Amino acid sequence: MKENDRLELTRRGVLVAGAVTAASTAVPFSADAQTASAPAASPTAKVAMKVNGKRQELTLDTRTTLLDTLRERLQLTGTKKGCDHGQCGACTVIVNGERINSCLSLAVMHQGDEVTTIEGLGTPEKLHPMQAAFIKHDGYQCGYCTPGQICSAVAVLDEIKRGVPSHVQADVTGKPALTNAEMRERMSGNICRCGAYSNILDAMEDVAGVRA
Amino acid sequence: MKSFTYQRAKSPAEAAAAVAGQRGAKFIAGGTNLLDLMKLEIETPTHLVDVQDLKLDRIEPTSDGGLRIGALVTNTKLASDERVRRDYGVLTKAIVAGASGQLRNKASTAGNLLQRTRCPYFYDTNQPCNKRKPGSGCAALGGYSRQLGVIGTSDACIATHPGDMAQAMRVLDATVETVNPQGEARAIPIADFHRLWGDTPHIETNLQPGELITAVTLPKPLGGRHFYQKVRDRASYAFALVSVAAVIQPDGTGRASFGGVAPKPWRVEAAEAMMPQGAAAVSRAAFAGARPTEDNRFKLALAERTLALVLAQAKEG
Repeated sequence: MKENDRLELTRRGVLVAGAVTAASTAVPFSADAQTASAPAASPTAKVAMKVNGKRQELTLDTRTTLLDTLRERLQLTGTKKGCDHGQCGACTVIVNGERINSCLSLAVMHQGDEVTTIEGLGTPEKLHPMQAAFIKHDGYQCGYCTPGQICSAVAVLDEIKRGVPSHVQADVTGKPALTNAEMRERMSGNICRCGAYSNILDAMEDVAGVRA
Repeated sequence: MKSFTYQRAKSPAEAAAAVAGQRGAKFIAGGTNLLDLMKLEIETPTHLVDVQDLKLDRIEPTSDGGLRIGALVTNTKLASDERVRRDYGVLTKAIVAGASGQLRNKASTAGNLLQRTRCPYFYDTNQPCNKRKPGSGCAALGGYSRQLGVIGTSDACIATHPGDMAQAMRVLDATVETVNPQGEARAIPIADFHRLWGDTPHIETNLQPGELITAVTLPKPLGGRHFYQKVRDRASYAFALVSVAAVIQPDGTGRASFGGVAPKPWRVEAAEAMMPQGAAAVSRAAFAGARPTEDNRFKLALAERTLALVLAQAKEG
């Protein structure tokens, strides 16, 4: 029995030690505002911004990203955290009319800004045309990247309309055209692991009115 | 991420003094590179000085027919400017070849010049890296180095400057304007802005502590045809294996800077003089003394062929 007890203890000890090791190796990759909010001495700052038309006044740990503010403070969980390093585009929101990666932006730097998230584009009762088009064209599979894809897609059509140049434009002195190639290039900052890209482009073309 | 205090500066001199006056303080503009590195604790500033209120977000003509680009002008705004598209096409083309639409909406002109290398061993905090931790060694030497530098590197570091915009700025002979903590202005030619790594790869530019970039100025337009040809592992949103920023004149003379190969935009004026003789002559001279690894030796041939493509396009008229 004693032998068994010791064995049990030892095994549990190993399991606990293993869990600690796993947690500590994970720290550098998750040391963001969520896990770092514990120490009381962390500096804070005040910020006021308009999110989906509603004024928000917040006091935040200075480290808090716009993404974590939206999700964890304002419960706007439509905006997703993918890579948290600006590589996947799942966190894309529209700030003062332009799309950005909300994971690579400090919330305290957004004093006076107007932020639009997927919740602000439309509602289940009153969908934004891009949301309706994604449904119609099956522009997703698992759906995780979709809010970022839709925010980006809405901003992309606006960028083409405003004449923002792109890498696939043959002549950058001219206006870009509403083509599949233009949209494809401009959406490269939004990754879809399910590979719904062609349907996403169908949805965008539908909204842009370039295909029947 | 390590905690930090935060302030918004009201003037360039105040911002410079704030950073110079506190150990561990840094400027923050778009934040797209700095925050990425702070999350990994590769950058650990104790104080951030936000420069967004400094009114450095305008593009204005200069008295000698050039353009003065405020340090905080975003990549999208700079690439979209009608004057830049018309007279400095290589700059618009280089910018839109880089990053993603979301990042270009945030990334600033000054921040783009200051972006740090994407060497995987710089990013991996479990590996030695003389740039991240001076004196710790270089895991890239003898490591996976396909993406890394072939010239201007050293035994301490073989990383590259990863940016596209700086290649165009170099071809255009841009000047970096700064202000120091005493409020004194300085103008640094882009050729002298980035450093070769030598024994101190952690010092990447010739900026002094607290010195703030206020603008980048372009001399009057060069004319000619403007090209930015980028070769990368996917068609969009990837760093260059090799890129060529070039302005080619109707008589076959021109300028070219190679990206993805060195610690700084790699433009060799003596090599450029051979432009009418073709890409092989130019690249042979530009890459004399190259020290590629077995993994990235292909960049030498690729650089020549990329320039050849540009020159062929220039000939098509």
